[in-house]
Amino acid sequence: MATIAEPISRAPVSRPSWRRTLANALLVTEREVRDSFRDWRIIAPLLVLTFLFPFLAQFVAGQFTDYVSEYGAQIIGERTIPFLLMIVGFFPISISLVIALETFVGEKERRSLEPLLSTPLSNTELYIGKMLAAMIPPLLSSYGGMFVYLASLVFGDLAWRPQGALVVQIILLTTVQALVMVTGAVVVSSQTTSTRAANLLASFIIIPVAMLIQGESAIMFLAPDAESPSGIGALWAIIAGMLIVVILLLRVGNTIFNREELLGRMIDQINLKRSFQTIWRQVISVDERGTRARNLVDWYRRGIPVSIKRVRSAIIVASFVFLVAFIAGYALGTSPNWRLNLPSDLPLDRVSGEMGVASQYFWGQRPAIVGIVLQNWRILAAASILAVFSFGVGALLLTPAVYVVLGYLLSQIVQAGYNPFPFALAVLTHGVIEIPVIVLATAVVLKLGAVVTRLPTGMTLGQAWTQALGDTVKLWLAVLLPGLFFAAFVEAYITPLVVRIAFGG
Amino acid sequence: MIEAFELSKSYDDFIAVDTVNLNVPAGTVFALLGPNGAGKTTTVRMLTSILAPTSGSARVAGYDVTRQPEQVRAHVGVLTEQHGLYERMKALEYLEFFGRVYGLGPAERKRRALSLMERFGLEDALDKRLGEYSKGMKQKLALTRAMLHNPPVLLLDEPTSAMDPQSARQVRDAVIELQRDARAFLITTHNLSEAQELAHHIAIIRRGRIIASGSFETLSQRIAGDPLMELRIVGEMNGLANDVADLVTVEASGKDWLRYRVREPQVVNPALVRRVTDLGLQILTLAPLSRTLEEVYLQIMHEDETKENANGNYR
Repeated sequence: MATIAEPISRAPVSRPSWRRTLANALLVTEREVRDSFRDWRIIAPLLVLTFLFPFLAQFVAGQFTDYVSEYGAQIIGERTIPFLLMIVGFFPISISLVIALETFVGEKERRSLEPLLSTPLSNTELYIGKMLAAMIPPLLSSYGGMFVYLASLVFGDLAWRPQGALVVQIILLTTVQALVMVTGAVVVSSQTTSTRAANLLASFIIIPVAMLIQGESAIMFLAPDAESPSGIGALWAIIAGMLIVVILLLRVGNTIFNREELLGRMIDQINLKRSFQTIWRQVISVDERGTRARNLVDWYRRGIPVSIKRVRSAIIVASFVFLVAFIAGYALGTSPNWRLNLPSDLPLDRVSGEMGVASQYFWGQRPAIVGIVLQNWRILAAASILAVFSFGVGALLLTPAVYVVLGYLLSQIVQAGYNPFPFALAVLTHGVIEIPVIVLATAVVLKLGAVVTRLPTGMTLGQAWTQALGDTVKLWLAVLLPGLFFAAFVEAYITPLVVRIAFGG
Repeated sequence: MIEAFELSKSYDDFIAVDTVNLNVPAGTVFALLGPNGAGKTTTVRMLTSILAPTSGSARVAGYDVTRQPEQVRAHVGVLTEQHGLYERMKALEYLEFFGRVYGLGPAERKRRALSLMERFGLEDALDKRLGEYSKGMKQKLALTRAMLHNPPVLLLDEPTSAMDPQSARQVRDAVIELQRDARAFLITTHNLSEAQELAHHIAIIRRGRIIASGSFETLSQRIAGDPLMELRIVGEMNGLANDVADLVTVEASGKDWLRYRVREPQVVNPALVRRVTDLGLQILTLAPLSRTLEEVYLQIMHEDETKENANGNYR
């Protein structure tokens, strides 16, 4: 019988370095790619899409170009050719989503992930390795398919001469779309334990990407700069936007692709009661340990500062963005193209008299306070929803937009030679309360959306999100709603008085 | 080799592992026993640096599980509860992959893989895809993977659960051989006879807490009391039970047999034999009645459940 007892191995683990990370990641990639190439369900569609579909697309392009030319619509035919190039490139990369779901959640489901997690490979090495494995076969097929399509067009009957920039754009679009789908799939996979559930959740990736493809198609047909030698501007913007999404998704993926998240989550069932209880516990807590508030005073005295402290960095970011928005609005207003050229001799004492009428027109028959609060609430609710689905970015787009308008209006007033003080007073009387409330509300939803990109130390994704949601509810109940009502009260009853006095009405 | 101090893991309100202390020196086998969901796998995962402890600390092969996770994982061999092999790969290809992950050179990977596969009787299945392996073969290959990089610490979750008796024997022999070679083993198992045979130290875990710990003899003595002996004589006893009552505690008796407990059999039994002989009786057999780990385990679990019910302490 062979002996297996040998001197114990005590090889030191080499120090982390990019070289080691990449080498280990490629080790994982190599195994996974080899495994994928053994699966006919993956290989068969990739082969068809690489070698057969491009010829079909080329045939369709030729037929379509001839057909529309008969009716004098050559331009549609010309623009169909690059559109089909994009489709030829996109179909194979749609398989990357399938491979990614299989690679991440499939391995979890087959329980083959734990032996891999027990090795010295780091989370990042595993993440990069699996990402590359999910991307390489479909991207190779995609590039191959595009090459076959282009070659058949260039050397075929159509003798098409593609614009270099447009081809580069389509290749880049294909690559970033593959990246978005794979990075999105990692996020989806981390929240499920079965490929069935992952496939259901994958619609959160497929639907936006399908809509994006439709948008890109429309741009390719309709863009006025479609013939530009530097490519279509809107497509460059989409590529840049997608790259930002990829970076955010990579951050989220790298954060949640860790051993704790992968093995800690063993169930998919929704337990609404438990979820509500956990969030409510956060809402009524006064410290990091989750101690319940003794009473309302204790909640305000200890609980609210704890939550505000947790959104401190978000408050700083939101304040900065608001300030930049205001300055940008002002700067925009000074540009000759955007200047309104207001008459400088308006009788300002009429303004205050008109305010009541304007207010009634704007808020309708509802009491002014409710109208103002509802208006603010609508904007903040929309910002919250956007923020949750955009890692917080949406929060920084919607609410600060109002301050671009304010900055712009101020610049018009100043340029028309009016004294800005009464106008500032009209805004700041209630703005003293409303602006901090809006900044805090923006910061809270920014944190809620962005928390997944950088988890607090020692917390899982679920714990961090629950805490952020608890803070959101807590601050809405304790500070934001009362603040919005109070600001609305001032705006409805005190601001008009102040304005009347300031404008001499 | 393995030291855990007040190791705990909780998920929100649920405490999976509650202040567990372990000490497994080199050259010993430690068996962690307990019902399903008791916290065995979570403990193993914390010792492998897969899960971070909520509180407490542990060192494995000299490395801290929280601060040096990669070093820990490089120096332990883990057999996970689910073997999770890559079914489209062949055995050597599979071991080659893990050998590279552990940083073994090409020649060493191949030599170790072949030697371990031969040891576990898998040499005829080198060219088979792992999907074609039987359950027992898969388990042996997973064990081969755990031992491939020759680690000083082995954490084995149910190492023989799917094996036939012959394969299980091979694995137990391998464990004994490697343990003698100054390795530390932590085994979680439901196979109590296996734990009794292999383990130098046993801990019983229930609802995340270690409720009993020690060598089998210590646990047995503590739970089942003094050793139980059985004396059989030729013919009838004629009131022997009363005649020896000052020497031993008689538990039961029959026409020609007597069962008794004695704290120090090596001291008391010779005196008992002399007394029986003096009474003119002939001894047929005198032997200890063996107690199994299963009896001890069930008794410990029962006592803990009773204590918990009495305290109204449900989790």
